[in-house]
Amino acid sequence: MNEFWVLLTGSLVGITCGLTGVFLILRKTAMIADAISHTVLFGIVVAFMITQSLSGYWMLIGAAIAGLLTTFLVQVLQSGGLQEDAAIGVVFTSLFALGVLFITLFAGNVHLDVEHVLMGEIAFVPWDTWDVFGFSMPKAVWMLLFVLLLNVLFLVFFYKEIKLSTFDPVFALSIGLPILAMHYSYMTLVSLTTVAAFDSVGAVLVVAMLIGPAATAYLMSKSVSGMIVWSMTFGVTAAITGYYLAKLWNTSIAGMMAAMIGVIFMLVFLFKPHDGWIWKTFKRMKLQKTNIQANS
Amino acid sequence: MNALQVKNLSVAYEEKVVLKNVNLAIPVGRLTGIIGPNGAGKSTLIKAILNQLPNKSGAVHILERPLNSKDHTVGYVPQRNAVDWDFPTNALDVVLMGRYGHIGMIKKPSTKDKQIAMDCLKNVGMETFADRSIGQLSGGQQQRVFLARALAQEAEVYFMDEPFVGVDAATERTIIAILKDLKAKGKSVFVVHHDLQTASDYFDWMILLNQTITASGPTELTFTEDNLQEAYGGKLFFMDQAKSNKTFN
Ligand SMILES: Nc1ncnc2c1ncn2[C@@H]1O[C@H](COP(=O)(O)OP(=O)(O)OP(=O)(O)O)[C@@H](O)[C@H]1O
Ligand SMILES: [Mg+2]
Repeated sequence: MNEFWVLLTGSLVGITCGLTGVFLILRKTAMIADAISHTVLFGIVVAFMITQSLSGYWMLIGAAIAGLLTTFLVQVLQSGGLQEDAAIGVVFTSLFALGVLFITLFAGNVHLDVEHVLMGEIAFVPWDTWDVFGFSMPKAVWMLLFVLLLNVLFLVFFYKEIKLSTFDPVFALSIGLPILAMHYSYMTLVSLTTVAAFDSVGAVLVVAMLIGPAATAYLMSKSVSGMIVWSMTFGVTAAITGYYLAKLWNTSIAGMMAAMIGVIFMLVFLFKPHDGWIWKTFKRMKLQKTNIQANS
Repeated sequence: MNALQVKNLSVAYEEKVVLKNVNLAIPVGRLTGIIGPNGAGKSTLIKAILNQLPNKSGAVHILERPLNSKDHTVGYVPQRNAVDWDFPTNALDVVLMGRYGHIGMIKKPSTKDKQIAMDCLKNVGMETFADRSIGQLSGGQQQRVFLARALAQEAEVYFMDEPFVGVDAATERTIIAILKDLKAKGKSVFVVHHDLQTASDYFDWMILLNQTITASGPTELTFTEDNLQEAYGGKLFFMDQAKSNKTFN
């Protein structure tokens, strides 16, 4: 049974991050995921300082606010003339440092250690349960299901809006789409996804799950919807294969899952039909051969 | 009725003033060329009219009303390099985006919207490319897709930023035929254009611009050498040769 919960948690992380990550890649703001995955720590600490509790709801709210704050500050610095990557770098290091400082100052004796936040421990997931409507499931599963539902609802309602404002924001604005509101809503979802996932796989590996599967899907998709399906598939595949390999080799589950994301990316990059690296090299060799024949 | 009326429009990016005190009144049903050297503020003028710039003062009326993004009177063709053509989507899908304003938030495109999008693709001679990834289209084909998207907007007033850049002569003729057809249907079309050779053939109205309006009015009155010299800051020494020499740009 424990194995089932760990697998389910991993798969939910794969699906949710895979889904959310698609627009991070398309908007070319993959690095903001890295920033948010660190600044949610600040949100969680502040939520803890205010409520003195480590309950999931407050964590989600604190993380959402921290994510919005990150997005907002990055936006402000950018419109002040700073490049996006520099703006992200400045904002996330300062908020993260502030989070670490607050932990050591005000929450030193609580179970909120930085290592856990960064690395997570998916193997402990089954023991931390919540009862909702008489159903007992691991807390991580509840939170991930909730966030997955939010993500799906967002896309069901605003699919064409987020697609257009990603592809052509200027045109989107000209037909009256609230592109800034879309941006902030989406970044809120990224924050929520991050915090729901990082309790199990850790902040660093959330970034891998947010970016890796979507980047892999980008290599082989002709449409946004196709990219979403592939991205979620790769996320789940990495989670499941990662779990069994970790068991086989008795190593870190989250670490193995992240490694599998890299493996899948490489496989697709090399073997993808028509413009994968291998295929291209093969075609180039064939072309050279015909050229040589034609010339001789 | 005026298609476009601009009063005392000024725009600055940070400290730098790009448009100074622009006043325009252009009647409905014209095919208007917006002409001026690089950096004159042509794209900026369009963006300001479409309400996309925060730092502006002055008033803009389209069809006698302030621009309200909720009504669908305005169609827009951005400069082609404004988007990422590697985005995973196909030609028909991009044209369908022109329908989004009519469809409204949340709702999905109907079969009728898809039909309109397909017709617009056909209009620009691109129907066989409907399923083609936009990254695999040539520059001229991408430009036609953008034009088809604007047509799908079924607007009254169109703004197009350099629709002829990077297209071959045949495509340019296709596009100009479509623009003249729009004009024949009583629509008003504004086109940023760089080629002084063709400008007077294409447009029946001209806006000559370089930070301020040099001239605005019917082509035969405004498209004069004096006005052009003023707009281009005396850089058009070769104007006379240019008239006979087709390589001038
Ligand atoms: N986002 C911006 N921030 C600061 N300055 C800008 C910005 N966009 C344009 N400018 C400046 O404003 C001036 C007008 O630019 P604009 O793009 O409107 O020119 P244009 O007439 O469209 O030129 P082109 O023929 O090259 O397209 C230029 O000097 C440009 O450097
Ligand atoms: Mg321009």
